[in-house]
Amino acid sequence: MTARILHIAHNTFREAVRDRVLYNLIAFALLLSGAAILVGQISIDIERLVVVNLGLTAVSLFGVVIAIFIGIGLVSKEIDKRTLYTVLSRPVRRWEFIVGKFFGLAGTLVVNTFFMAIGVFGALLYVAHKFSRPDASILVALYFIILEFLIICSLSLLFSSFSTPLESAIFAFALFVIGSFADDLRGFAASSHGFTHGVATVAAYLVPNFSALNVISAVAHQQSLSGPLILQNTLYALFYSLMALSGAVLIFERRNLK
Amino acid sequence: MTARRRTTLIAASCLVASLAGSVLLLRHIDQVRPKASIEDVLYIDSPKLVKRASLGFNGLMACIYWTRTVQYFGHRHFDREHTYNELAPLLEITTALDPHLLPAYQFGASFLAPKPPNGAGEPERAIRLMEYGIQNNPDNWQLYYDLGFVYYTELKDYRKASETFDRGSKVPGAHPFMRVMAAQTAQHAGDLQTARMLWTATFETSRETNVKQNALEHLRAIRVDEDVTNLESAVTRFGERMGRLPASMNELAYAEHLPGIPLDPDGNPYKLTAEGRPLLERPDDFPFVTKGLPTGYKPSALPKFHTKL
Repeated sequence: MTARILHIAHNTFREAVRDRVLYNLIAFALLLSGAAILVGQISIDIERLVVVNLGLTAVSLFGVVIAIFIGIGLVSKEIDKRTLYTVLSRPVRRWEFIVGKFFGLAGTLVVNTFFMAIGVFGALLYVAHKFSRPDASILVALYFIILEFLIICSLSLLFSSFSTPLESAIFAFALFVIGSFADDLRGFAASSHGFTHGVATVAAYLVPNFSALNVISAVAHQQSLSGPLILQNTLYALFYSLMALSGAVLIFERRNLK
Repeated sequence: MTARRRTTLIAASCLVASLAGSVLLLRHIDQVRPKASIEDVLYIDSPKLVKRASLGFNGLMACIYWTRTVQYFGHRHFDREHTYNELAPLLEITTALDPHLLPAYQFGASFLAPKPPNGAGEPERAIRLMEYGIQNNPDNWQLYYDLGFVYYTELKDYRKASETFDRGSKVPGAHPFMRVMAAQTAQHAGDLQTARMLWTATFETSRETNVKQNALEHLRAIRVDEDVTNLESAVTRFGERMGRLPASMNELAYAEHLPGIPLDPDGNPYKLTAEGRPLLERPDDFPFVTKGLPTGYKPSALPKFHTKL
């Protein structure tokens, strides 16, 4: 079982890294990290801040774009090319296929994040000339960004298991935007009453809470992040990804592929 | 020439010609279009709206808005336009997006508070900005220092300045001079010695070259103001003794037993008018002086900073 999942993950990773769009997006993210140096020079006293803010935002946004655009095609492409039938004719269960695809895409995003992070740290070194102890918290912010990618990956897979790539992209991106407003949604739920309160509360807990995973601003100000926050965010991202992945498996298991 | 090569040449020529045409046209459009409308179109005045639109990337948006603020102030200052209508809203958006962006408070107040041409002449808004900064960063004693500075230099509200320095001195880790300044502003408000102490503190505590240079220029100006005040007293004494005004600076220096003709911080001799007023030889080199200036003198919009750090 594990070997089959790993095999699918490996193939997904290999297929993803062959995509030229991926390299273009990484190049753009690196370019933005480099541009942060220039932005810092036309402003006052925010060289480090702008490098961290712009660099990590670029990593996050480009990663989300990569996760959505690769994720939405993972299932539909296999169906269009009819390679899915070859895979499923072997002793591979449908859920193993979905989980393998998830790990393959997650692996691709971790490797991408690693290269984009090198760009951020390079720009930071150029600006500050040396690394200081609080810079280590940038690694935590990058870890949270990867957790965000895991959620997006699982959501992309969930949507691609029952809809077209275009619809999946729209759903996933819309959910990313809504998830960024999750705290506001929760605030709205708290201030509303009756039926609205119930609907808003359910919606607030159902959508992914990306604002909890966004610590870029805090890290830019060299604020330390607590251990419980790291642990709880990790568990939250794992639970949410597992939930979305389970949904994808449930739908895909019942999907008529004929 | 093959058809393919011909197409390539025509397409390349079209590309270069249209690029050149669009650049030239854009330059003309910039000249025709009123500047104010260009700035107004770019501007969204609601901090809440900008915060929502940033999708949680508030820090980056704050950096972008802070850079816009710096550029806005710089351009209007450079263009000698002494109205800064959008400066305060830009600063409010920046600090609403990132309440911990300290440069926006510290430099923002120094853009807002001074009278034109050195600033927007809005000390009340500068104070509101600083109070908001203190509310969000209560552990930062430098914000109290900057606020006290605005009260002292721009509003001449020495009691408030002293109170603010005193509040700042109670912040853990505050620089010891905060306590000294609280006492000094309370007892010797308005004198040049206190002003010198404030600018010296600014020079010593700032990391920014521009701020240090600005502080140094103010210290030079304080020295000139002090020199001119002393020379005015000397002229009065001379008049009381001799029953007339001194004919020249040489005569005044001789009568006052000075070692030579008094020199400004750049080493140029002070002049004396027929009415007995001491004047700077090159007032443009001292952008912040209040004394020793010729009658009807208008300072240049851009202060000339001669001191290099």
